Amino acid sequence: MKLKLTLSAAAIALATGTAVHAADSDDPIVIPIHNWSSQIVMSHVVGQIFESMGNNVEFVTTDSQAVYESVRLGDVALELEVWEGAFGASFRAALEKGGLHDAGDHDAVTREDWWYPMWTKDACPGLPDWEALNDCAAVFATPETGDKGRYLDGPVDWLKHGAERAEALGLNFTVINAGSAAALWAEIGAAEADKKPVLVFNWTPNFAEAVWPGEFVNFPKWEDGCDKDPAKGPNPDALYDCGNPATGYLKKAAWDGMGDKWPTAYKVLQAISFTNPQIAEMAKFVDVDEMEPEEAAEAWLEANEAVWKPWVEAAM
Amino acid sequence: MADVTADIEDTKNGLSSTRVAQILLVAAVLLAAARPVLPEFMIRVPEAWIPPFAQWLDYFFNVIVIEKLKIAVLTRWFAEGPLEFMLNTMANLLEGKRRWPFLGPVPWTAVAAVAAVVGYYLGGWRMAALAGGTFIWTALIGQWKIAMQTMSVLSVAAPLAFFTGLLLGITAWKWELVNRIIKPVLSVLQTLPFFTYLLPAVIFFKVGPTAGAVATIVYAIPPMILMTTLGLKKVSPEVVEAGKMAGCTRWQMLTRVYLPAARTEILVGVNQVIMLCLAMVVLTAFIGMPGLGAKLLAMMGSFKLGRSFEIGVTIVLLAVMLDRLSKAWVVKLPEHHEKGTPWWKEHVVLLTAIGAFVVFLALAQFVQVFDHIGRKQDFSRGKEIDTAIKGFLAIDTVQAFTGWWRWFLNVWILIPFRNGLLWIPTPAFILGIVAFSCWLGGKRPAIYAALFFSLVALSGWWDRSVITLYAVISAVILSMFIGLPLGILASRNERWSRRILLACDTAQTFPSFIYLIPAIMLFGVNDVAVIFSIVIFTTVPLTRYTIEGLRTVPPEMTEAADMSGATKRQKLLTVQLPLALPTMAVGFNQAIMFAFFMVIIAAFIGTQDLGQELQRTLAGTDLGKNFVLGICVSLMALSFDLTILSWAERRKRALGLA
Repeated sequence: MKLKLTLSAAAIALATGTAVHAADSDDPIVIPIHNWSSQIVMSHVVGQIFESMGNNVEFVTTDSQAVYESVRLGDVALELEVWEGAFGASFRAALEKGGLHDAGDHDAVTREDWWYPMWTKDACPGLPDWEALNDCAAVFATPETGDKGRYLDGPVDWLKHGAERAEALGLNFTVINAGSAAALWAEIGAAEADKKPVLVFNWTPNFAEAVWPGEFVNFPKWEDGCDKDPAKGPNPDALYDCGNPATGYLKKAAWDGMGDKWPTAYKVLQAISFTNPQIAEMAKFVDVDEMEPEEAAEAWLEANEAVWKPWVEAAM
Repeated sequence: MADVTADIEDTKNGLSSTRVAQILLVAAVLLAAARPVLPEFMIRVPEAWIPPFAQWLDYFFNVIVIEKLKIAVLTRWFAEGPLEFMLNTMANLLEGKRRWPFLGPVPWTAVAAVAAVVGYYLGGWRMAALAGGTFIWTALIGQWKIAMQTMSVLSVAAPLAFFTGLLLGITAWKWELVNRIIKPVLSVLQTLPFFTYLLPAVIFFKVGPTAGAVATIVYAIPPMILMTTLGLKKVSPEVVEAGKMAGCTRWQMLTRVYLPAARTEILVGVNQVIMLCLAMVVLTAFIGMPGLGAKLLAMMGSFKLGRSFEIGVTIVLLAVMLDRLSKAWVVKLPEHHEKGTPWWKEHVVLLTAIGAFVVFLALAQFVQVFDHIGRKQDFSRGKEIDTAIKGFLAIDTVQAFTGWWRWFLNVWILIPFRNGLLWIPTPAFILGIVAFSCWLGGKRPAIYAALFFSLVALSGWWDRSVITLYAVISAVILSMFIGLPLGILASRNERWSRRILLACDTAQTFPSFIYLIPAIMLFGVNDVAVIFSIVIFTTVPLTRYTIEGLRTVPPEMTEAADMSGATKRQKLLTVQLPLALPTMAVGFNQAIMFAFFMVIIAAFIGTQDLGQELQRTLAGTDLGKNFVLGICVSLMALSFDLTILSWAERRKRALGLA
């Protein structure tokens, strides 16, 4: 498989006859991988594209927040999934310190909001409208929350402002912060057995959609400034009285030195842009079909040559 | 009982520590009772009084350490030069990374065969089966490559920790000044939460296996230093005399006399190094350590319980194997051959190992499964285990049981206890802790406790510290209800003792992360799940040391009790337990240390304590804040550590056991 890729890349180079660029360095391009499947597979997809162009690639596992410090220092060359909601803050902090830059957006949009698995609807038929939440607060109650409903928000460092929203919209809910994504899945997984209604933080694209079908709660539509100007949104006196933007960005970030060190690979990186269905497909190979990430990347590349070949051709 | 000895010691210098403790306690209670009329600054330290420790530390790191002293340049040179070279070499040999010497990966059968030969040499057929079997399991379950990634880093980190530890240990033994400096640093290192190691490791040693190796070394080194110093101090004067009479130079004295004489302690240190290295396998995955830990985190992120569980089993097997092998090495005395033994006979083990290695290396060239187990050839049962775990959790009685406990513990115990602790004014809280420390450990630890907790109050993270402490105390008390009875029951019978001790080993080496998910699935994201996951960890030392304490009660004592016609119960309560208490105190102390360790990890479930803030600092910009939080945990842990150890020491002396 790898051999084939190398050959086809060589063929492209020959055919187009434009191999007069400054050559990429032989040093390995270090790509960080995190702990969720789509990012791991996407990193391997991009890694294998680079390898097909003759580059050396290495992968390193890192924390998804701490990685921006490493991109900044050049320890890793790039980051393929910068989520607006989850990592925007860390990305911007590193951007201010200098050393990394924005390498363009994916086509994919991201959405992060209050979410429930489908079975919850049986207990609270008014959903997905947010106004139904108060009527069913008791359905979501737990021993610790008394008669209030319970909403399990993402980890505090994701800065989701769940508590502020509950307050601003007068929801009879207690907001609890989970400590990790794994904690969210465990909560849904535990509720699955006897179809207990749960309301948790979730996002798309994400493997969970394939495992537990579900929906986002429809909050008042996001207006720009909803987090800064109380006048925006239905509650004139409060911030965060809107849902999150339904189309958040998914960016790529690159180390400032990457363009000089690996000019061709850098051009490919700029051209790379995946869509939501493509990302979901990558995740599915691992999460549902139980492939190893490397295999999943190979399978994806084989099935989607039309998608990625043009990026390489344009850069060579 | 404690007060009897305390009084004997302390009456000569004024008030006894028990009396001081009583006075302090009364003061604490009065202060707490007066809360409604206390001025605001007596309830919590006002924001304005809090020194900007975090900014100072940030300045210290960014300006002095990094810009002025250029320490980072030096450490980065080390990381990217020698360290990376060693890591790459091992990575090439074990998992086939494309680096010099371009030889690897070694076939799994060859590794397993060599391990089995080494096992046989150290401990006979049983060890051979354990060592070989562990590697066979790893390969068959389809984790060979990731396990070797882990091993390649550990095979660099463990020897480095060993040599550095040995060297520091020798220096500390030679120069008392070094010893005095090193001791407190080691105490802090041993109690510092792992989150605090990670950030400096990344900044100074580059994210990836290098940072992983360094964090592992720092974590694993303290016992090596302590054991080396201890061993060298214990070398008997006769041995030293003999060496001097033989006319040894100073270097010869060290390498031929002292170090061999301290062999047992040093090897115990080696054992500790190995165990601590394995304990870091998962945690270092946050900073780029490849292998089992990284895979485990990825599996947990996509809710694959079965595969996570299998990885956990591999880690436990590796840990148990290395533990047993290194312990066998401690017991095994160096062999001496008669003069005239043929060369091959002297080195028969080495030759067998080489022979086995070559045979399997050759076989692997022709038979693919001897070289590596391909995907779809392995025996992983991830999906089936998933179904089994989910099926178990879905059983109605399990749900009803956990549901009741969740309600009972949360509503009636944990939440009121926590709110109670938070209600107490800071000065009263500190006085209370100091009174406890004084009563149990005496005046010295009490002074430290006062100092340490005042610093915590001044750090500006008081409420979060109290919440951390609340989880620790609740978990330790709960695990006493489990660990002590279990230990007492198990100690009655040799067979059961061994079984329970094996269970303890397993629970301790099983990566703590794996507990988090079942804890949440059983109890939901709340304090019960947090405390449950801590309790699994803290019960281990309580059980272990109860068994050890009870089993090492001198038989004369129990016989004396039997002869005087004591019932079983009387014997246990008045003879065995009091004598076992100092040993049990060590277990109690370890339980508290484990609780402080685990409560930080429990941030991944969802807490509101120091761990949650520490997790937040991982984004990589707040080195100063990260340190302040870490030190808060460390100071609280140290206060308990000093108090309990001082108490155990005094009890031992009073009982004539020391």
